[in-house]
Amino acid sequence: MADKKHKLLEVKGLTMDFGGLRAVDSVSLEVHEGEIAALIGPNGAGKTTFFNCVTGIYNPTKGDILLHPKGLETRRLNGLKPNKVTEMGLARTFQNIRLFPDMTVLENVMIGRHCRTKAGIFRAILRDKGVREEEQLIVESSYQLLEKVGLEDFANEFSKNLPYGAQRRLEIARAMATDPFLLLLDEPAAGMNPQETADLDQLIRKISEEEKIAILLIEHDMKLVMHISNPIYVMEYGKKIAEGSPQEIKDNPKVVEAYLGEETDA
Amino acid sequence: MLQNLKQSLIVSLWFVFLTFPLMVIRVNTMDQVVVWRWMNMLWVALASFILSYLWRYMLTRQQMRKAVAEEGGETRSKLQLLLEDMSFRYKAMGVLLLAALIFPQVFDTYQSTIMISALIYVVLGLGLNISVGLAGLLDLGYVAFFGVGAYSYALLNHHFDLGFWITLPIGGIIGCLFGVVLGFPILRLRGDYLAIVTLGFGMIFKVVMENWSSLSFGPSGIANIDKPSFFGMDLSLADSTIYIYYIMIALVIFTILVTNRLKNSRIGRAWIAMREDEIACVAMGIDMARTKLSAYALGAFWAGMVGVLFASKTTFINPASFTFMESAIILSIVVLGGMGSILGVILGAFILILLPEYMRAFSEYRMLAFGAAMVIMMIFRPQGIISNLRQTYQYKGLKGKTNNG
Repeated sequence: MADKKHKLLEVKGLTMDFGGLRAVDSVSLEVHEGEIAALIGPNGAGKTTFFNCVTGIYNPTKGDILLHPKGLETRRLNGLKPNKVTEMGLARTFQNIRLFPDMTVLENVMIGRHCRTKAGIFRAILRDKGVREEEQLIVESSYQLLEKVGLEDFANEFSKNLPYGAQRRLEIARAMATDPFLLLLDEPAAGMNPQETADLDQLIRKISEEEKIAILLIEHDMKLVMHISNPIYVMEYGKKIAEGSPQEIKDNPKVVEAYLGEETDA
Repeated sequence: MLQNLKQSLIVSLWFVFLTFPLMVIRVNTMDQVVVWRWMNMLWVALASFILSYLWRYMLTRQQMRKAVAEEGGETRSKLQLLLEDMSFRYKAMGVLLLAALIFPQVFDTYQSTIMISALIYVVLGLGLNISVGLAGLLDLGYVAFFGVGAYSYALLNHHFDLGFWITLPIGGIIGCLFGVVLGFPILRLRGDYLAIVTLGFGMIFKVVMENWSSLSFGPSGIANIDKPSFFGMDLSLADSTIYIYYIMIALVIFTILVTNRLKNSRIGRAWIAMREDEIACVAMGIDMARTKLSAYALGAFWAGMVGVLFASKTTFINPASFTFMESAIILSIVVLGGMGSILGVILGAFILILLPEYMRAFSEYRMLAFGAAMVIMMIFRPQGIISNLRQTYQYKGLKGKTNNG
């Protein structure tokens, strides 16, 4: 195995209970540098809960979430606030789009730069040279990100007026503005038409190859998942039931059972 | 069109029927006769017909606008487009500034006094606009910060003989501190719960000030507060009013400048993002606690500062000046003017403070008109008189590079 690659995210035995309900049951998962990993599974398998635990929205009941940034010491993410997790270089998008509807497209991306810039209240009021330069830098880097996802023509539109597929891409651009080394995409292709999905396929590959950002995605579009991601992790009822390359997953009887139901003799 | 007319006619007839016993028949019990006031019936019919037709006309117009917006057409009004024109904005600002400067020379002391109170509300509105309009944190007890500022000056002046100019920033900072004090317990609250706690805060302030007599002199208040000094000179009442007017103008300009800069800064964007979606905001790496506290603290700062000026203007304060009614008026200024829009808030303040002042004849109907205006606004222009202008940015030298990707 080509396990020489640097391990970025390591989740060990992650468990999340909501009262008596165990939504995620000791799931382990690794994402290496340069990978596009996928987390799949039927609805309600606990994939989004898993994401929410990793990104700090929930505090997991048990298990370890370890982040190994390159050249920096390992950090344990358990119990950290979402903004701290983002600061460490792990960005995410949401299953049901969560843009800032009454802000322009560019401003949405500019928000992503927030944690990488530092002008405080007093300097914002004084607006000295450093602040002006920083502002200009935010604008330009945000605009470049919009170009990367192909939304530069909409820069000054309100984000609520964007078509659905464009909103999804804007969410990706916004997440990338936080300078992550690992990007978590929660169903990026949900609700997209085949053309938009194909564009997304391209975009995800581009992010992975050109920006050197590792990606972990939740997705139901099997064509997309099988096409771009390796390895694939499969969850069902909160448990991880399989992991491996697309081919291994396709041939795994447990996965087939999870998706299509048990085979019965007629 | 015809449909609307028909509907309005029906409404009008229905109103005539409903109001018939009240407006038309009057039984004169003395003379035991019934007076038929047919003219009243005509008035009711006419008024209800016109109002109903106007109502329907506005509604259809609004729906048409919505349809245009859905097709991606131009929805900005002419006023909005005019405001986005920079050169017009500068010219308008110049004219307004000039008008503001010569105002006290042209009009008498009474007019200046009214204008000062309107300007006080402008600053209050702009301050509240930070927490409500930008950060989306409803605050129903905002007047407490105003009171904190006023009492800081009154007490510091009474006990330590501190002057107006030293206390002006101190009042702002004390307001700020109280903003943080209020901010901490409500970090986790939102929506209705937030509204209730802030409402409580406003009430608590007033009750404490009424009952803690050893500190605040209770309901009888504090009198003989010094007016602002002008290089140690004693001014006559008229002169000092003009002087306070100019201080107020300067304060308003200062507030506009600072809030405008804040709004278009990294902090301001974080506030707006927090208003739009808290979860997405925190996932983008924005520290929620710090952002919320800064919004409350900076909102309260202005109230504290203008509170100092209020105390020095009236030279007497007591808790009765800081009732929930005041909070409601300041909030209405922000909502009516347009949440997040600086120009809107200024207009809102002038409308809500000056109109009742100049229409004293109808003062009995003040609250009625107030309520009606609010309802009508919420239906036809929920975004306020002037909705927030969209900020556009310059990306220099980037357009040419687009072809490479």
